[in-house]
Amino acid sequence: MSLFQTLTDVQPSAQASVQITLQDQVHQVPANLNVAAALLLCGYSQCRSTPVSGAPRAPYCMMGVCFDCLVEIDGVPNQQACLTPVREGMVVRWQDGKASLDQLEAEL
Amino acid sequence: MKEQFDYVAIGGGLVGSAIAYGLSRQNKRVALLDEGDVALRASRGNFGLVWVQGKGVDFPSYSDWTRLSVAVWPQLAEELKALTGVDLAYSRPGGLQLCLDAAEYTEREQTLTLLQQQTDGRFPFEMLDNQATRKLMPVVAPDIAGASYCPLDGHANPLYLLRALHQGFLQQQGHYLPNRPVQAIQPQDAGFRIDTRQGPVYCERLVLTAGLSNRALGKMVGLQVPVAPNKGQILVTEKLAPLLDLPTVQVRQTAEGGVMIGDSHEETGLETDTSSAVMAAIARRAVQMFPVLRNVRLVRAWAALRVMTPDGKPIYQQSEQYPGAYVATCHSGVTLAANHALRLPAWLLGTAPLPEIEPFTASRFDQ
Repeated sequence: MSLFQTLTDVQPSAQASVQITLQDQVHQVPANLNVAAALLLCGYSQCRSTPVSGAPRAPYCMMGVCFDCLVEIDGVPNQQACLTPVREGMVVRWQDGKASLDQLEAEL
Repeated sequence: MKEQFDYVAIGGGLVGSAIAYGLSRQNKRVALLDEGDVALRASRGNFGLVWVQGKGVDFPSYSDWTRLSVAVWPQLAEELKALTGVDLAYSRPGGLQLCLDAAEYTEREQTLTLLQQQTDGRFPFEMLDNQATRKLMPVVAPDIAGASYCPLDGHANPLYLLRALHQGFLQQQGHYLPNRPVQAIQPQDAGFRIDTRQGPVYCERLVLTAGLSNRALGKMVGLQVPVAPNKGQILVTEKLAPLLDLPTVQVRQTAEGGVMIGDSHEETGLETDTSSAVMAAIARRAVQMFPVLRNVRLVRAWAALRVMTPDGKPIYQQSEQYPGAYVATCHSGVTLAANHALRLPAWLLGTAPLPEIEPFTASRFDQ
């Protein structure tokens, strides 16, 4: 159960939806959301752990400033979830600590 | 209430904080005057190297002074950690300056060989070919010429250093006076009156540690301080798993995982704007040195002003006209922090001679 709900009355286009995968769980979410909004709507309260102390973090500012919503999207680490629109078939994993060199090389 | 101190340091950056910390450690009543957030704040924008290699060519005393600081850096880091709990993330794995092509490599070898001769062998270094460089740091590009290596080089977190010095100063009963731009300094029969908007501050002795403002402040106490700005731009990447084992002059990875990219030099006056042309140039060079960085995201960029004398070396000097007024200014506020905290107080207190700094008066610019 999420603390967040969509404002369907002011977002009529939310009728359309896409299927995305969050930490191996498949979800159907409104097509006009960004990834941070989608994971909050789906009830997740953590999307990464910090690189230094490993403390859990969730989306916070929702406007691209705080970098607390970093996730791995389609294999690319350290993506700002709040600045990335959801896409059909997108695979999102939590960003646990620092990005590894292997992940960076995999982008090539 | 009259604000009266034994010593006042004017300027709350790394130089002033280190000196104020060192003086407060000697049980003196010390105040640190800080201009405020309008200040140019070189100490908030620097790269964080604790660096020896290359410094002091044609001025071997500077190499000696730098190595003296590096020798007591571990002591300063341990002392501040114990006192304040702040870990400066100091490490000394040795450092590299990468040479992209054969010409750069040869020039670097000649320069450092000269420096080694001028210091009678006290400055240690090795030239490493590409294979030897990559043995130390496998992510170095396979097509660059090599690197110079000095075992004394290291790095630290300069922001934690500044914070720890401030906190340690306060814990030693130092008086930190923020938002106190200095309007005038009036030499008195004994000591000085420093005029600020919030009223005068009195002291027996003062040290100018205000970076680029030392030029104007120096004139108030008979000191010529020819310092000028040199702009450096810095990029920092997303946090990455450990990737760079050693710091280099141009690129280093912080303890937290971000990769810092810097070493640009511009003479553009008193402004701290970033520019896409310079950012692109230093990013391109970093990728040339470390191809693995080509997919890494940058998360921040900034510019800061180095405080440069005509020869790039520090000035340490007492005013002849107004004894008791001193200036301490340098570009290497991080590297020399240990000297400033642990060695300079003896000079300022007059308790012991400090012959190591005698070559650093501004009179060397008179000829």
